[in-house]
Amino acid sequence: MSKTNYTRRGVLKTGAVAGAGVALPTIFTAQSAAAYTNEPTGSTVTLGFNVPQTGPYADEGSDELLAQQLAVEHLNGMGDGGCLNTFSSKALKGNGILGKKVEFVTGDTQTKSDAARASAKSMIEKDGAVMINGGSSSGVAVAVQGLCQEAGVIFMAGLTHANDTTGKDRKANGFRHFFNAYMSGAALAPVLAKEMGNDRNAYHLTADYNWGWTQEESIVASTEALGWNTVNTVKTPLASTDFSSYIAPILNSGADTLVLNHYGGNMINSLTNAVQFGLLDKVVNGKDFKIVVPLYSELMAAGAGENIKGVLGSMNYNWQLQNEGSKQFVKSFGEKYGKPPSNSAQTCYAQVLLYADACERAGTFDPCGVAAALENFEFDGLGNGKTLYRADDHQCFKDVLVVRGAQNPTNAYDTLEIVEVTPADQVTYAPNHPMFGGDEATLGTCNSGT
Amino acid sequence: MDALILQILNGLDKGSAYALIALGLTLIFGTLGVVNFAHGALFMIGAFCAVSLSKLLQFSYVTIDETQKDFLGNPLKVETPYIESWFGPELGASIIDWSVPLSILLAIPVMILVGLIMERGLIKHFYKREHADQILVTFGLAIVLQEIVKYYFGANPIQTPPPDALMGVSNLGAWFGFDLPYPNWRIVYFCFSALVITGVFAFLQFTTFGMVVRAGMADRETVGLLGIDIDKRFTVMFAIAACVAGLAGVMYAPINPPNYHMGMDFLVLSFVVVVVGGMGSLPGAVLAGFLLGILESFASTTWATTTLPGINQIIIYLVAIIVLLTRPRGLMGRKGVMEE
Repeated sequence: MSKTNYTRRGVLKTGAVAGAGVALPTIFTAQSAAAYTNEPTGSTVTLGFNVPQTGPYADEGSDELLAQQLAVEHLNGMGDGGCLNTFSSKALKGNGILGKKVEFVTGDTQTKSDAARASAKSMIEKDGAVMINGGSSSGVAVAVQGLCQEAGVIFMAGLTHANDTTGKDRKANGFRHFFNAYMSGAALAPVLAKEMGNDRNAYHLTADYNWGWTQEESIVASTEALGWNTVNTVKTPLASTDFSSYIAPILNSGADTLVLNHYGGNMINSLTNAVQFGLLDKVVNGKDFKIVVPLYSELMAAGAGENIKGVLGSMNYNWQLQNEGSKQFVKSFGEKYGKPPSNSAQTCYAQVLLYADACERAGTFDPCGVAAALENFEFDGLGNGKTLYRADDHQCFKDVLVVRGAQNPTNAYDTLEIVEVTPADQVTYAPNHPMFGGDEATLGTCNSGT
Repeated sequence: MDALILQILNGLDKGSAYALIALGLTLIFGTLGVVNFAHGALFMIGAFCAVSLSKLLQFSYVTIDETQKDFLGNPLKVETPYIESWFGPELGASIIDWSVPLSILLAIPVMILVGLIMERGLIKHFYKREHADQILVTFGLAIVLQEIVKYYFGANPIQTPPPDALMGVSNLGAWFGFDLPYPNWRIVYFCFSALVITGVFAFLQFTTFGMVVRAGMADRETVGLLGIDIDKRFTVMFAIAACVAGLAGVMYAPINPPNYHMGMDFLVLSFVVVVVGGMGSLPGAVLAGFLLGILESFASTTWATTTLPGINQIIIYLVAIIVLLTRPRGLMGRKGVMEE
């Protein structure tokens, strides 16, 4: 009969020491070897493209993804090089980023904040993404920006138009190239005054969520500054599909202008309903009734069809812009995909190149180094003309386009015409502007994840 | 006064869609005892019949116009619909213009076929299963159908305008001396819905087939004992219900541009309509459809939303709660339905 000398206490002690011994090197390596989150150690670097691949904005997400893939191709020296040929910074050589070949992974935001955070988290933790880019909603942008701040990676926002993204919710690790609701109002106001006069009665229909509220606030402020009277502001549920019961009261409200603070399917349906009810054929207060859609996109314009004829709005970018960067981007995108790029595609393309360029100039993928390189960076040649990435709030300042639904489109892409290119200084505001969180809004400190 | 009438008209219009979908749901539930969560998808498929025919009629050949340039500066590819070259530009353009009403001819066989395949291929296997199983499988089917449509047509809504002759606005108040503008196509939609509803009721009331179905709905077992193959008739009723939903979708396409998700938007509300109307009651479904449509319309007025913020989002559910508390079987519910 054999007898062992093991005791319970002895086994526990030995186990604890052995466990600590096994874990110790991992703890040290985890802390010491990686200077920041997902530091690339091999010959490749991975970018995470988080776009809506399902849900109502799937077409917009698909366009973003095409642009992101094109950007990766150009960064890796393939294709015609795209805007690397026109970009004012010459740091990118078409040999990847910092000599590492660029790879990418994709996530599906579903245009839901929780799903977008989950897919971004997965790309950061499982795939080792050093940067997250994309998205078609401000709710998603704010949620993913917060996650990237916590995780210690850079977030290069896609299509997000709410003031809050670089306003009260701004983050040190987050950067927005797209314009915002304040800029829409500031750009539209002079054109509205010129085309519609200073004596208008405006009725607002507003999507009842964060983006809709900030856009309504911005447009009301800029139109009231012109002398317009705001007759009413009505919030419509995001899930609304038929807006007839919201349109009908406008007929007897005394309003002569309808402002649709709607985006995507909401905008397509509300505009269609407004045109069905003959608003554009009405004369109120001795003036022709007008409709304004402050934020346009090409997909919305295509969805709204003939209803957008003559309707004014604003855009971050349009493929008809004739600067060198725009012409080059339209050529690269158009030859590869057979259609002109949308403004969400352009913003994602520009953001990927801007990130890569910042890494090259900083000489590192460290988010804090990249952020420093992006701050106060002035550039040109990516399609929008001269642009500044302001350090105070990580918002890009550039010209804003005022567009109108084309009266006589000659082809499927000729849905919008550029009315005016509003200079950047006309849409610039103070970093502590009340609509952007006031003095309390701060970026916080950069997080590199260590 | 005119604002009041306008909201009633809006409600009737919205109620038309609810009533048609709820009528189909009730027919299926009353005959087959199945809670069909894919019924909204049938409405959506109907709308996409209109989109498909419109696209089919605009199927084009390409010619190069050297005088015009495309966005890349290449000679412009000009697309001309085949139908315009076959029938001449004017007649061809008219046929394309009337594509939505013409889609009815396409939608009837398509929806009957879809209904038969759905019932024979899937739903019949779930007749004897729990309602929870039926809900899960039909909900899953709805998602599959949605994704198929999204794969082929994309996620963006597609404009499907009515014929030019039926566009625009009519002043309904002109006869009575006040201003009451209302979109022509919405008037057409309401009239069409009334016609379809009347047709379904007449079919059930005045035909032998309808009489047998009604008898089957009341007492399936006894009808079976009389040697009548009631299952076959119920399958036909499923196809008819699918057809009703599809026709509602076809004619709805010009009101709001169809997208893959439109069925889901209507489905939940239509179920509330069925419950408020009374499970299994066809007149109840129609009555509740119009009633809730009108209430929803009034709850969206400026007066209502400023007096009770958010009322527009909860009114239908609020009414459902009140009706179920006061009349647990719904407005016109039959005793014994879903009570065992």
